Amino acid sequence: MHMADALLSPAVGMTLWAGTAAVGGYASKKLKERIDDRTIPLMGVLGAFIFASQMINFTIPGTGSSGHLGGGMILAIILGPHAAFLVMASVLTVQALFFADGGLLALGCNIWNLGFYPCYLVYPLLYKPLIGESQNPGRIVAVSLVSAVAVLQLGAFSVVLETLLSGKSELPFGAFLLLMQPIHLAIGIIEGFVTAAIINHVRSARPEILDGIAASRPLGAGISLKKVMITFVVLAVVTGGALSWFASTHPNGLEWSIEKVTGKGELPEQEHGIAPVLKGIQEKTAFLPDYGFKPAGNEPKKEKMAPAWPGIEAGTSAAGIIGAAIVLGLILLIGVGIRSFRGKDA
Amino acid sequence: MTFDAQYFDIGRLDRLSYRDTFVHHLDPRVKVIATMLFLFTVISFPKYEVVALVPFFLFPVLLMTLGEIPVWFILRKVLLVSPFAILIGVFNPFLDTGTVAVIAGIPISAGSFSFLSILLKFTLTISAALLLIATTSFPGVCHALRRLGLPSLFVSQLLFQYRYIFVLMEEAMRITRARDMRSFGTRGAGIKVFVRLIGTLFVRTVDRAERIYYAMLSRGFQGDIPSLRRTRIDVTDLAYLTAMVMFLAVFRFFRITEGIGCFAQGLLR
Amino acid sequence: MSHHIIEFKDVFFRYPDGTEALRGIHFRINHGESVGIVGANGSGKSTLLQHMNGCLLPTSGTVTIGDLPLTRKTRQEIRRKVGIIFQNPDDQLFMPTVFDDVAFGPLNLGLDEACVRERVHRALGMVHGLDLRDKPPHHLSGGQKSSVAIASVIAMEPDILALDEPAANLDPKSRRSLIAFLKTFTHSKMIASHDLDLILDICERCIVIGDGSVVADGPSAEILTNRTLLEENNLELPLSLQRC
Repeated sequence: MHMADALLSPAVGMTLWAGTAAVGGYASKKLKERIDDRTIPLMGVLGAFIFASQMINFTIPGTGSSGHLGGGMILAIILGPHAAFLVMASVLTVQALFFADGGLLALGCNIWNLGFYPCYLVYPLLYKPLIGESQNPGRIVAVSLVSAVAVLQLGAFSVVLETLLSGKSELPFGAFLLLMQPIHLAIGIIEGFVTAAIINHVRSARPEILDGIAASRPLGAGISLKKVMITFVVLAVVTGGALSWFASTHPNGLEWSIEKVTGKGELPEQEHGIAPVLKGIQEKTAFLPDYGFKPAGNEPKKEKMAPAWPGIEAGTSAAGIIGAAIVLGLILLIGVGIRSFRGKDA
Repeated sequence: MTFDAQYFDIGRLDRLSYRDTFVHHLDPRVKVIATMLFLFTVISFPKYEVVALVPFFLFPVLLMTLGEIPVWFILRKVLLVSPFAILIGVFNPFLDTGTVAVIAGIPISAGSFSFLSILLKFTLTISAALLLIATTSFPGVCHALRRLGLPSLFVSQLLFQYRYIFVLMEEAMRITRARDMRSFGTRGAGIKVFVRLIGTLFVRTVDRAERIYYAMLSRGFQGDIPSLRRTRIDVTDLAYLTAMVMFLAVFRFFRITEGIGCFAQGLLR
Repeated sequence: MSHHIIEFKDVFFRYPDGTEALRGIHFRINHGESVGIVGANGSGKSTLLQHMNGCLLPTSGTVTIGDLPLTRKTRQEIRRKVGIIFQNPDDQLFMPTVFDDVAFGPLNLGLDEACVRERVHRALGMVHGLDLRDKPPHHLSGGQKSSVAIASVIAMEPDILALDEPAANLDPKSRRSLIAFLKTFTHSKMIASHDLDLILDICERCIVIGDGSVVADGPSAEILTNRTLLEENNLELPLSLQRC
């Protein structure tokens, strides 16, 4: 799912924009060096293809929201990481402008979540090494599944982080994760299937397309599967655990701080009307920065995450580790599945 | 939304963007910058801010009226994409329960304010983004982006994409209609078929890219896509930008709405 | 003037998958001639046309355009002389607006801005498309797209014009406009089409292609009235001659 402007804070938004812009600049430069003329129209048209295929969408049973083909993986496979990143960036730009999907400031986050992870992380470190030179359709399905799931889990997790760090939502870390990750697991599985299906279809119908197009060497060719998995595991646990500590300052922060300051559980009652409401807000927004109980996330200008309260609350820390455990469990499960496939292949 | 509905919907937005009004004539760069500043200001408001956001609705309203964009059209699109934000924000009133105020005897939790704030910010930001396109054609925005510094490789490819979205959607529509006509409602929409349709569309897309490439070569293409758009920023554009900046600054840092409320209250006493 | 001579000498072409599309094509078109290329589907018409500007290079044999033999090095130059209009205008109009599309060619020729604008204006004027200038291609009708595609090519002021099924998607009125326009173009023309009436109308000479080779080459008046010849090649008499 896409990050929305309304849930974003300027600091988080700008940070992600900076990251995206940097990667975009890098991708453009790299691409210019080695681009084949015919790639530009191909890139544009493939971007349009992603859109058209999103229109032939499928509804995820039970949630009512529709899944569309994200596209990052298939693009990376066909075009190589640099071109794919740019195409994803432009697909998301069109979505933001035409469909108001996400927002313009959140676009930086979305390009990062849906472009960086597939093109520069999952494709070179997971897909390419696992697929090797194989053309076995079964393996393509399996590897695509793992990759797509990984991409979507990373993306979903990032959305959770970005929302949390922006401080506009009260959802506790754990609950949010439990909401997002399973849905994106389902989406990931479907995307994996669709990606594999396209590859297999093209390979059987028009193999020269695949041979002729992929333009760049994979980063990290030759990394062992084990190392990759270990890296992912470590990353997941570290980020999950560490950030839950920071997240713990949010959910009950206001109540806790009001209590501490006024000695009461709520603000004193006043007569009805608009003024008390206004006054109430004023008081709240006024005293918070002074007292600094709320993390800097509520100050008008600076909204840096002040890790002032790495509260050791068992609840949220546990939630963080649970989330990490889920992702880890998934990867291991699929890893085992592939190993058995590989066994048959060899 | 069904396929057809979506297709005609963006078709409509696209057509609106080529209209001929005052707003449409403003320089695209100025409009892009103004919109981004607007968005930034709106989301820079603190979590619980509701009242101060209200004046910001002036911007979309002005654009819609001056730009002759149908209000219901924009609202409908905002509603359509709201589920995610609502989903995330709707828990706020229940999780953040410190009562902050009482209106007509009903205690209101802080979380309700933050939820309302989210909704307002959402409506403002989404409509601002839509209105940017609605009042500045997509190619206009792209050229503005290029003049503002984005890599031309990226922009060229973005323009191609825009050009062929409609073409490919039509093609996808034909393919799905063909499927539907032979499905008799049951097995047709299954995943195997879906997958095959996508595969077919993909191959056709790649073939099309090849033909386009040949067409480009035939007209002398040698690697760089030339461009020749010279829009100039004039006084009107600068005035617009200045007005925008002033508006944003004033309403962001001064509690105008509250001031008006207090004033009105004083009058009533 | 040798500039506008088109010469195919024993041209063979084989696609990467092995299909032999052209087998010994041999003809010569002189300056100012209008030649129709007719033949069944799959006979090699489109392949032939694609050799005209080096999109494809012959597997053997030579293609000479003007004074230049077609090679990888010369094709860039040849593309300045030969304007090809393909069958599907959607593939040819790839820029965001009509103006951009028509300006694409002249800009690639290295002309300066004022010159480019003038050419665009003139080209669009010739196809009666001036009011379409700022529209995006996907807002145009089929006939309008065809007109703009033609404008985008003639803006380069080519010496030779080659068209592949130009009237395929046009309604009768647009088709009539196209015929009228093509008659005003006095340089060499090569038109590949199934629309034999159009060929009869515009081209004084006609070449019949069958199975990759030249089956007949002569005045349209003779060839297109030769029922046997036409039917042997999966064609028919032009409709306008069938009622007599």
